Amino acid sequence: MNALRKFMNKIKPQFQPGGRLAKLQSVYDGMETFLFTPNDTSRSGVHIHDGNDLKRTMITVVVALLPALFFGMYNVGYQHFLAIGQPEVGFWSMFLFGLLAMLPVIVVSYAVGLGIEFIAAQIHHKEIQEGFLVTGILIPLIVPINTPLWMTAVATAFAVIFAKEVFGGTGMNIFNVALVTRAFLFFAYPSRMSGDAAFVKVDSALGFGGGTAVDGFTGATPLGQIATYAGDGSSAPILNNVVGTPLSQCDAFTGLIAGSPGETSMIAILIGAAILLITGIASWRVMCSVFAGGLAMAALVHAMPSATYAASLLDPCTQLCYGGFAFAAVFMATDPVTGARTRIGQYIYGFMIGVIAILIRVYNSGYPEGAMLAVLLMNAFAPLIDHCVISFNIKRRLRRAK
Amino acid sequence: MTTIKLKKGYDLMLKGGIADPEIRPAVASSDFAVIPDDFQGIVPRMEKKEGERVSAGEPLYHDKTCERIKVTSPVTGIVKEVRRGERRKIEAIVIVPDGKETPMQRDPKGAVLDLLLDSGLWAMLRQRPYDIVPDPEVRPRDIVVTAFDSAPLAPQLSLVLGDKAQYLAAGVAALQSLTDGDVHVCCRPGEQLDLGSALTYEVSGPHPAGNAGVQLANIKPVNKGEVVWTLDVTTLARIGELVTTGMVSYDTVVAVTGECAAEPHYQRATMGCRIDSLLGDSESENCRIISGNVLTGHRVAADGYLRAPYYQLTLIPEVAVPDEFMGWAALSPKRFSIYRDFTSWLAGKREVSMDARIKGGERAIVRLDEYDRMLPMDIYGEFLIKAIITRDIDKMEKLGVYEIAPEDFALAEYADTSKLELQRIVREGLDWLHAEMC
Repeated sequence: MNALRKFMNKIKPQFQPGGRLAKLQSVYDGMETFLFTPNDTSRSGVHIHDGNDLKRTMITVVVALLPALFFGMYNVGYQHFLAIGQPEVGFWSMFLFGLLAMLPVIVVSYAVGLGIEFIAAQIHHKEIQEGFLVTGILIPLIVPINTPLWMTAVATAFAVIFAKEVFGGTGMNIFNVALVTRAFLFFAYPSRMSGDAAFVKVDSALGFGGGTAVDGFTGATPLGQIATYAGDGSSAPILNNVVGTPLSQCDAFTGLIAGSPGETSMIAILIGAAILLITGIASWRVMCSVFAGGLAMAALVHAMPSATYAASLLDPCTQLCYGGFAFAAVFMATDPVTGARTRIGQYIYGFMIGVIAILIRVYNSGYPEGAMLAVLLMNAFAPLIDHCVISFNIKRRLRRAK
Repeated sequence: MTTIKLKKGYDLMLKGGIADPEIRPAVASSDFAVIPDDFQGIVPRMEKKEGERVSAGEPLYHDKTCERIKVTSPVTGIVKEVRRGERRKIEAIVIVPDGKETPMQRDPKGAVLDLLLDSGLWAMLRQRPYDIVPDPEVRPRDIVVTAFDSAPLAPQLSLVLGDKAQYLAAGVAALQSLTDGDVHVCCRPGEQLDLGSALTYEVSGPHPAGNAGVQLANIKPVNKGEVVWTLDVTTLARIGELVTTGMVSYDTVVAVTGECAAEPHYQRATMGCRIDSLLGDSESENCRIISGNVLTGHRVAADGYLRAPYYQLTLIPEVAVPDEFMGWAALSPKRFSIYRDFTSWLAGKREVSMDARIKGGERAIVRLDEYDRMLPMDIYGEFLIKAIITRDIDKMEKLGVYEIAPEDFALAEYADTSKLELQRIVREGLDWLHAEMC
């Protein structure tokens, strides 16, 4: 490490004000603090600091996302080879296809987002903040695989600038940046975001694994199929995979269904949830209450089944396995910056996300999936919830004074 | 005896605790100093000039606005230097002892209030709100005395007290005459102190359970318009001695602690003595010397002076691992964190080594619950800090700014992932608010 340290010291003057590369000072500082824990010691207040910092926190969230990411890659490949009629290819071919299909999205997401972060940091002469480390990996996981890269780039740029930087950067944003990206895509390019063509990549990925779809192929997600359900409501709708074979609940749980890369597998998401809860980074209050709210609302709608609102025919547990509900509960609702920050507030915030997600999913035929929108909506209400919770504390203090 | 059980907080177990409770004799100090910054809220006006002679217990300076509040010299000698910093702010008043012991003797039968003010013990009291030296014109609602220090490596105050514990009851009686409310004394369970008429509490729980403000918040919180005094038990004993004998004792026992201390030990000393008289064989190279504990203490040089509360010195490494490579990615349980995204929790509770590095950059507040879990008060710490940063008086009042002192946020500052300087934020906020409200 000594050689690296020496190299960093050697190039440092060029990045200082007046140096040739002074415009990249933030980038240099970012690299330096990434590679070496700064030797700065405390100047005021406490003399010792905890070993934890935001870098570690954010990286831990990224680690928690890795199971979903890797499974997503595999599933992208699996759906692809299923769709082109070669379900017998090996695990690694499927994984490789998914890797090649997702890599460009990851690169675009990080390049655009981090690029803007670097520029913003340089303009404000601040350190580069770590928030986008997580956002940059969330975006490829929630954007449908067939979204053109330029759309992803535009949406990412929009979200980072207008949902984050204008509010002051990491820790200051009101809305979850990754979800704003998704919402931007959803409302700006609706035709590319749902329906048959969005979620299963049929053509080749970077030249690998090309083919044509088999007869009877349909790329609709289970929730998409429910939205177009035309039965009489006497039984739960039969959901099929991309080639028309009925899906089992097990498929939905393991995640071998069509959908955005990160959100299909309950198993991968639950592993991530375990990491977040054991490390204490995510609030268990939020996470559990999202599931509680979702279950409660799903049970309620299931008690009033209706053919018009076909999603009400699903039993509550199946309901939570499909779509982005679990992913939103574990990784989106638990974003501490945009959620409620008081303990009681977290229960209310999470519960309402669960309720609204199912409400939108079932009763709004325009949106087959509502989890992401529910989180965004509650992001807007989180400060109000906190305000109400705190007002009890304030009232208690005022009463005491009398 | 009432029991108070606190759950929030954390006991940091640092290396360098004292194993042997034997108290070593004092080592002569070439000079002594009074540091005006130790007495928040007092703007000094000198009574003694450089070169003048001063007796132990004789006033060195008084407060600019309230002349009755005086700060006295801990030793008899010559005022060698009035050290000034920026804008002529007095940073230290250095006294060289001349070997003659002529301590000030006061009439112990006099009015308690005047005795305290004249003797300088007044300046060791603090009041909520604002955590400053109290205003003698205002009678406090209550007085809270903390009889233990829960900070990392803090000494047992019963050892610091020694035989001065006999004066505690007298001190309680003296304070009782200054308030219409009660004198509350908080001890650790099992501690036996003769406290006369005071209401006593057994407080269990991790640091900051020993903070008087935390105890106060769990006994009877301060409301707007009320004033409560806080002090520690060593000051209480000094008050007791003053009203019994008419003399102020400036003797103390200092716990020399911390990883860098050659041999952590207790040592007799006099308030304001030079640090090097306490260091013994300890190396001061690449070592941070803290007068006080690691959370609220002050950084001092080896040729600096012992500062309030005059009973602890902590020595920790300045930078234990220079240029630590990708420290944020460490998987080793040696990198200590109270959070479980590092692996140190897997190794169980044990004494750990900590240096003075900040170990991260300053960020906006991101993680949940970091301040509240370290603050056993009915206060939303994070929201209060935000109100203080934005100088929103209305919100500050509503969220309980009158109940807090910087030291109450010290543990939260340690734990803060975003590395904000919470104690500085609170101190500046309180000073600003005090100025606005006057």
